[in-house]
Amino acid sequence: MRKDLLAAPVLLLSAAPALAAGIDVSLTIPTLKVAEYHRPYVAIWIEPAGGEAKTLAVWYDTKLKDKEGEKWLRDIRTWWRKSGRTLSFPVDGVSGATKAPGTQKVSFTEGQGALGRLAPGKYELVVEAAREVGGRELVRLPFQWPPKGGEVVKAAGTAELGAVTATLKK
Amino acid sequence: MFRKIAIAALLAGLAAAPSLAHRQWLHPSTTVVSGEKAWVTVDAAVSNDLFYFDHMPMRLDNVKVWRPDGTEGKLQNGSTGRYRSVFDVQLDAQGTWKIGTSNQGIMGSYKQGGEQKRLPRGAAAADLAKLIPADATDVQISENSSRNEIFVTAGAPTTTVLKPMGKGLEVEWLTHPNDLVSGEAAKLRFLADGKPAAGIEVEVVPGGVRYRDKPNDRTLNTDANGVLTVDFPTPGMYWMEAQLQDKNTTVPGATQRRLVYITTLEVLAP
Repeated sequence: MRKDLLAAPVLLLSAAPALAAGIDVSLTIPTLKVAEYHRPYVAIWIEPAGGEAKTLAVWYDTKLKDKEGEKWLRDIRTWWRKSGRTLSFPVDGVSGATKAPGTQKVSFTEGQGALGRLAPGKYELVVEAAREVGGRELVRLPFQWPPKGGEVVKAAGTAELGAVTATLKK
Repeated sequence: MFRKIAIAALLAGLAAAPSLAHRQWLHPSTTVVSGEKAWVTVDAAVSNDLFYFDHMPMRLDNVKVWRPDGTEGKLQNGSTGRYRSVFDVQLDAQGTWKIGTSNQGIMGSYKQGGEQKRLPRGAAAADLAKLIPADATDVQISENSSRNEIFVTAGAPTTTVLKPMGKGLEVEWLTHPNDLVSGEAAKLRFLADGKPAAGIEVEVVPGGVRYRDKPNDRTLNTDANGVLTVDFPTPGMYWMEAQLQDKNTTVPGATQRRLVYITTLEVLAP
């Protein structure tokens, strides 16, 4: 009896790698020498070729009273038109606080949370950043689903985003 | 401007009214909004250059607000200055709001004792009998119907307020007016009394003329189905006006009818 209880979690753990198809995203928010700096609003989403966008993450000022931080969500303007405007905020598992400059890592697992299931096909992972008293930038990373495993897609912004990398896991 | 003078001249017996040569406009601070209780503030004026208030304010008496569910909303903090009026609308419901005016009126002239006289501006059809003296000759009456409306969307665009009423000159928005980006063509069908207005002229004027040499105005035509296809080369605010003249009068004694539709569209960067 005792033995069975112990065995169950072990089995789950060993099964986990096979289930963990997903996308690891690494993105760099550049350090900017500006007089007035606010952390950017960032949206990460995926777009099937000619299909409906799926928001994976949106980082904005979630702490302001009366949800005032939502006022500028539309400044992540491509995302707002593709997906943001149809959501109601905060979105569970998707909304998050803004992040500091530096490299941010975030993982999305197939079948879980915002990523859910993806039909086989061509996609783009899109990262868009918009900064108060600053600019806006968007980078696109094309990928194929399901992945072979280990593909690394790279892109880089020039102003509001640094290097962006997507690593696909089988 | 010259086109408008030509139209005025067509109204036989009517002198070109100076007001015809100016553009009426509503200019919202924003049209695509996030958050739950956002405000939009609107400038309302009449001028030649867009969107600079340097001539006359638009009166706010007839400006109405329609909420996304089609009920009437609230115009707040209205004020009329020397050159412009301004007012606010709080977007406390998600969806597409409509803000604007819908006016009906008459213009006309007559001769009395050989002297040409004009009906006062803003004359109502109901007062025609009182306004035209018994000994008047050469009576010319033109019926006017005009709309000037803008759209603002909080969250996802909706279509309740876009539904045409079937009266006057209107637009059936084949492309949503708050889903416009530069480089993408938009389609709108003009309707006169609910029927496609084929081959009418539509003037499309980008704002910001003060900072360039050419006005970049375009006069486009609707196709046989009343559809206007318009692309917007750069992001910004665009003013659009369509006019139509016909004989489908409803005011007794009127010989012609002039229909006007005006809107201001915000085109965002993709």
